[in-house]
Amino acid sequence: MAEAAESPGDPATASPKPLFAGLSDISISQDIPVEGEITIPMRSRIREFDSSTLNESVHNTIMRDLKAVGKKFMHVLYPRKSNTLLRDWDLWGPLILCVTLALMLQQGSADNEKDGGPQFAEVFVIIWFGAVTITLNSKLLGGNISFFQSLCVLGYCILPLTVAMLVCRLVLLADSGPINFMVRLFVVIVMFAWSVIASTAFLADSQPPNRKALAVYPVFLFYFVISWMILTFTPK
Amino acid sequence: MAAVDDLQFEEFGDVAISLAANTDATTISIEDPSETPKHQRGPPRASGREEDDELLGNDSDKTELLAGQKKSSPFWTFEYYQTFFDVDTYQVFDRIKGSLLPIPGKNFVRLYIRSNPDLYGPFWICATLVFAIAISGNLSNFLIHLGEKTYHYVPEFRKVSIAATVIYAYAWLVPLALWGFLLWRNSRVMNIVSYSFLEIVCVYGYSLFIYIPTAILWIIPQKAVRWILVLMALGISGSVLAMTFWPAVREDNRRIALATIVTIVVLHMLLSVGCLSSFVFFGVWFFWTPKPAGKLMERHQPLTSGWCCMETSSPI
Repeated sequence: MAEAAESPGDPATASPKPLFAGLSDISISQDIPVEGEITIPMRSRIREFDSSTLNESVHNTIMRDLKAVGKKFMHVLYPRKSNTLLRDWDLWGPLILCVTLALMLQQGSADNEKDGGPQFAEVFVIIWFGAVTITLNSKLLGGNISFFQSLCVLGYCILPLTVAMLVCRLVLLADSGPINFMVRLFVVIVMFAWSVIASTAFLADSQPPNRKALAVYPVFLFYFVISWMILTFTPK
Repeated sequence: MAAVDDLQFEEFGDVAISLAANTDATTISIEDPSETPKHQRGPPRASGREEDDELLGNDSDKTELLAGQKKSSPFWTFEYYQTFFDVDTYQVFDRIKGSLLPIPGKNFVRLYIRSNPDLYGPFWICATLVFAIAISGNLSNFLIHLGEKTYHYVPEFRKVSIAATVIYAYAWLVPLALWGFLLWRNSRVMNIVSYSFLEIVCVYGYSLFIYIPTAILWIIPQKAVRWILVLMALGISGSVLAMTFWPAVREDNRRIALATIVTIVVLHMLLSVGCLSSFVFFGVWFFWTPKPAGKLMERHQPLTSGWCCMETSSPI
């Protein structure tokens, strides 16, 4: 077993040296201790992470979550094909965005029963039930994205439309007129396109290739309805 | 060996008959992977007679078998509902095209659906129709009152839920009633053509597609244009429905067949009128041309749907 195979084309080696020839000279004495710690650095770091979040200050916890949310906002604003939104999903960002949008969109007139604007609950329900319906649709079509990942992506991609709402509210502080309307229309259209492109960049890869359009169309409809609500918002 | 010679594909009939003769002699032939018969992916130990039928059957039997196997998941699993969304993009487009161009003699169900009914089309076409009606009504109202200073635009949002209820109820309850009716007639008169419930839902859903561009074009405030659009939409979708269901009631008593088709068309007409009146609901009074602001208020008081914006009493 220790015989080395003689290479046929090599006349230089005179005699084949057996493998592991020198090992027989080594003697392992009984008193060399074989001990120590075998640690896998990665795992120990994660364990340390998990156990120490209980003891950290509230400030650290909040900042960590806020930084994660902020990082995802950046990913939405500059959409490129990355997995960050999908890999560590969270629903804080969608909740913040949805509450902000619903607060800004509501018409708080309780005295007049003929008011027509959407109330807070209506906007909230539309956004969340719309997102759930789209997620169910993409799963039924055979997409391999998990339920909450899809909710996360759809919620985060409302960010451009929330920005549009802010801009519209600021623009509406000026006097109303056709120029006012054109500015708002332009802003809403641009932000709508941004939302659709951002969410498509994240969601389209999870669909089977011959059904991508079927899965993207409901997303388009969802953001279109939200954009419509933003565009037709008129304060009292 | 001799058994291997028997495993030639041409001699498949002999194997089947000998299997019927004694069950243990040719068991090797069934499990031999090199043979790969077409019809024995399913139950491998069918009796000889069934195997003969399967072997002599043509492709339609195979699709029957596969279609039967397709829906075998129990209804509480997710996979059961995934079978209703088993369509590709081009299939959906083909079905929509088929609903827009009714060719006499071409049955929508047989041509396009072909025992693969889907729920994607009906659901999303109805959703798009609801929002198209809401948004177009909104826009039309806004455009009519464009120049008026005292007009306070309010997007009525609650009527969307009423429109959604009406349209979804039409798209699901009318097929249910029609399917029940056809089932009852089939028990009396043997019909060659019979549709499953999902196929009927599919036809109704896709036939509503024509109303989406119609609703968008309804923004044009001319009466004549609107009437023409309604009649065209009704004509196209009504003829799709009539041509689909005529073969199913053809063998029946003449009067009942005609009454069925007439009922289908009348219900469809009621839906068109319903869409139109929901446009009214959304503030566009169909037979009424816009009058100056004073008249506006008293005309709209009875419309307590509230939709239309008549906040002229409150100063802006």
